[in-house]
Amino acid sequence: MKPPPFTYHRARDVAGATDLVAELGEDAKFLAGGQSLIPMMNFRLARPEHLIDIGRLGELSFVDVGPESLRVGSLSTHRAVETADLGAGFEVVRDTMRWIGHLPIRTKGTVGGSLAHADATAEWCLLAVLLDADIVVAGAGGRRRTIAASEAFLGFYTTVLEEDELIVEVAFGRPAPHAAVTEFAERKGDFALVSAAVDLDVSSGTVSGGRVALGGVGPAVVRVPEAERVLHAGGRAGTDLFETCAQAAAQAVEPPGDDDAGTGYRKALVRNLVVRACEEAVAR
Amino acid sequence: MTEPDKVLLTLKVNDAVHEVAVEARRTLADTLRHDLELTGTHVACEHGVCGACTVLVDGDPARSCLMFAAQAEGSEIRTVESLAGDDGSLSDLQTAFSANHGLQCGFCTPGFLMLAEGFLAERPDADREEIREVVSSNLCRCTGYQTIVDSIQDCAERRRNAKEASA
Repeated sequence: MKPPPFTYHRARDVAGATDLVAELGEDAKFLAGGQSLIPMMNFRLARPEHLIDIGRLGELSFVDVGPESLRVGSLSTHRAVETADLGAGFEVVRDTMRWIGHLPIRTKGTVGGSLAHADATAEWCLLAVLLDADIVVAGAGGRRRTIAASEAFLGFYTTVLEEDELIVEVAFGRPAPHAAVTEFAERKGDFALVSAAVDLDVSSGTVSGGRVALGGVGPAVVRVPEAERVLHAGGRAGTDLFETCAQAAAQAVEPPGDDDAGTGYRKALVRNLVVRACEEAVAR
Repeated sequence: MTEPDKVLLTLKVNDAVHEVAVEARRTLADTLRHDLELTGTHVACEHGVCGACTVLVDGDPARSCLMFAAQAEGSEIRTVESLAGDDGSLSDLQTAFSANHGLQCGFCTPGFLMLAEGFLAERPDADREEIREVVSSNLCRCTGYQTIVDSIQDCAERRRNAKEASA
């Protein structure tokens, strides 16, 4: 239950961090808030030989609210986002933070760390996929590139990031005034068994489109086109439409059964949570 | 086998500055307990679930088992030892835990105290529901939690009343 030995490095800036990780190779990892990495090290599930502490890179800790956009620096803590004024249309981002662990986890855990860790139930992955966010990364030698969230998550704890790449920000390009995230765990603050997120196009009580994303139903967060087709067909914002959408979502996925919950139970959760998310989204 | 790398750190804990040389893998919790002999911070699950090791880092409650001591350099750390007065007199929060039976065996208590200390500093007007939500951060195997919620709520109310009386 104690972490294995490693060599500690403290980064002074983004360029220094990415160049150093390129030099040290695959046995080096970035250390941000440590709220996922350190438990894994304490369990000896991760044994990096080098840790590059990026915790002092103030340049990565920001919340930048534009008229139609929101940019969040990768080193921002979940708590900083939870307590920030994110501007109209981004309430869903703020409200989703309360689902992440507990207060003492949210004060240290970071946006970029969560995205890079890519847990299948991570709230930041769910938000990024739902809202088509752009993930900006820096690499060795000053390289920068932008990855669409829809292409970022490959599977169990796996992203398209190269070994030398560091997430520097996540950018949400359009407001989502009628979006909501909800989830279920046996105890508050535990990893969700299933999480559901919707972003509805709704006006005057009529739905004309929208997005549906799910966590905990496969190796990574997924969008559910079958459920989105129901929203695009449109209809009055209400129980009938939401239940049809939720039913389509539950049929479309084949969640893994494990000690925590069987496939059938997870599908039932999808059905209930998608309805709940739709109701919360339309009530905004 | 080579000697493990040690890092030389300057840590500010309860307003005192300490220099320690520890292995990089030393958590803040273990550094507080073994190197600074501040054994009030307790260690149980060591993976961030139980909250027994909760301390304040720059005023925010944080799990000291999920931080390397090296990460705490440059921050202000507060542990349960900072609550009581120099003469051993209990703080108002500690008094509230005592008065409301907010502890039985006491193992989890330092974590709950520092959680509540940090939370009430930020949310002095917190209502019972908010307090319940925050109390869910930590585990207690004795009390059933109700008396812990009572203790924190009692302390918050007393602080509010005192503030009103002095206004």
